This record gives sequence, structure tokens and C-alpha cells, in this order.
Amino acid sequence: MAYLLLGVCFGFVLTQTEVLSWFRIQEMFRFQSFRMYLIIASAIFVAAVSLALIRRLGMRTLGGESIVVPPKALGSGVRYVVGGTLFGLGWALAGACPGPLFALVGNGVSVMVVAILSAMAGTWVYGFLEPRLPH
Amino acid sequence: MSGFFSAPWPWYVAGPVIGLFVPALLLVGNRTFGVSSNLRHMCAALAPRRIEHFRYDWKGVGLWNLLFVLGIGLGGFLAAEWGGTHSIAISEQTRIALQRLGIHDFSGLAPMEVFSWSALLTIRGFVCVVGGGFLVGFGTSYAGGCTSGHAISGLADLQVPSLVAVCGFFAGGLIGTFVVLPLIF
Repeated sequence: MAYLLLGVCFGFVLTQTEVLSWFRIQEMFRFQSFRMYLIIASAIFVAAVSLALIRRLGMRTLGGESIVVPPKALGSGVRYVVGGTLFGLGWALAGACPGPLFALVGNGVSVMVVAILSAMAGTWVYGFLEPRLPH
Repeated sequence: MSGFFSAPWPWYVAGPVIGLFVPALLLVGNRTFGVSSNLRHMCAALAPRRIEHFRYDWKGVGLWNLLFVLGIGLGGFLAAEWGGTHSIAISEQTRIALQRLGIHDFSGLAPMEVFSWSALLTIRGFVCVVGGGFLVGFGTSYAGGCTSGHAISGLADLQVPSLVAVCGFFAGGLIGTFVVLPLIF
């Protein structure tokens, strides 16, 4: 239930900050406004400071577990370069990354249901090809 | 409260509030903020077939995240109900550039000339919605994360793979904006 509630907050935030808007994404990729860059940079800054505090203070979860952020393996890096570029291309076209896709449907841009189904298809095709792709 | 509900929030409120979801999810239950894994969980739940990538305990690993994403939809709905619809006040330069591409409707969150059921079967509607969606799914799965997982969670944790992925995001975004969009509009 806590996650559902946090999700509601996040969907609300994505809308009120306008980061879910295709227009804002265009503004960003055309370097015609600093707004998106400042939002992303300050989000990273706050998250980084929070992580440092959590570690420094040895904070635990509400359930008492110690907090772990799993590291990502670099490998050859191909997956990050190629996958990242393909996602960026999709981000510019659809004007939305995964979170905003769901928030847009909530906002009444119902055609984004098709984009979500298509994203699931893309994920499925990746799963199918995974053993044959360089990572 | 009207100030709180009136969009858009200034960047120095917007960014920090988004960033706080990283510690919030960790403190609630040791969960790493990242939305794109849900696409994998949905495939694993609906059509795993015999694909290794989808054969895992999606309920155990991902139920919390599926609830989170359901919440995102509800949150968007509530924001629209309370805040009403509004147009996005983009910069004049962007407006001019988009008008040159042939976009004239600046009234919604996304241009209705591209993102509506009636535009879905036009070339630009199909490429942006179906093509863009597909690439978002394929790309995030291959890269192992999206804006939330790599750009925010990953960079905040100073992870090198995330930095590489984010450079890719921007390379792809620039190709999409300056090469593909002019071709399909």
C-alpha cells in the first residue's frame, strides 16, 4: 500500500512539474530551456546527498533491514551505449520515458496506452533476443 | 493550496521533490527507484513463454513496483482532476521550431496532432507512439534502466554504467529530435 501511495505522489509530481510533457522534452533536446536540466540535476543532487546521509548514519528501512543499493556491472558497456541510445531515440519520439507514459494515460492522453503496449512489445523482443545480443 | 496545485512547480522545487523518491523507496522497503523494470514484470506476468529473461518470481521481485506504477497513473489522473488542463508554456524558440515542423496545437501536455487516436495511423503518429514506445521498451531493457533508474538513481550513486547509459540517452534524443522528427513531419 505504501508503494501505491508513493506512486500516486510520483504521478502527481510528474504532472505538476510538467516533465511528462512532449513539449518540455523537445525544449530540452533542442537546448532551448535549462528547466529540464536543472530539474534532473537537482533531483540527482538531492538523491545523492540522501544516499550519502543514509550510509553515513547507517540508516535502516522501516522494517529494520540494512539499506543496500545494488551496483550495476559495466561489462563491455555495449548494452549501455546501444540500449541507452535506442531508449533516447524513443524518449524523443514518444516524448516520455516509462514513468510519464503511465502518468499521461492518467492525465487522459489515452492513446499512450498504445505506447505502453508497444513498450511491452519492445521489452518482450529484447527478452527474446537477449541471448544473442552483446552485453 | 492553490499555489501547490498550480503547475508548473519551479525547477528548484520540482527536482528536489523528484530526487526524494530515491531515499523514500529505500527507507520504506529497500527498493531502488526505477520505473522501466515494470515493463519486464508485465511481460513476465503475461507472456513469459520460455524466455529466460522473463522466468523469475515477478510477484516477489516486482509487485511493489507494479503498485508504484499503478499509483503513477492514478496520480496523473488526480493531478488532472484537481489542477485542470493547462497548456505548457514552452520557450518561444521551441514553439517556432515546432511550428516549422507543422505543429500548431499547443494546448495539451502533448500535441494532439500526433498523440491522439485519430492521428495514430498517420506516419508521425505511428512513428512517435508505436515506434517511440517500442524503442522505449527495447532500449530500457537493453540498457537496464531509464531516466529514473539510470539518470537519477544510478548517477546519484555515482555508477559508471549509468553515466554511459545517460550519454546514450542524450545521443539518441538528439538523433530523434534533429534527424527523425524532421523526416516524419
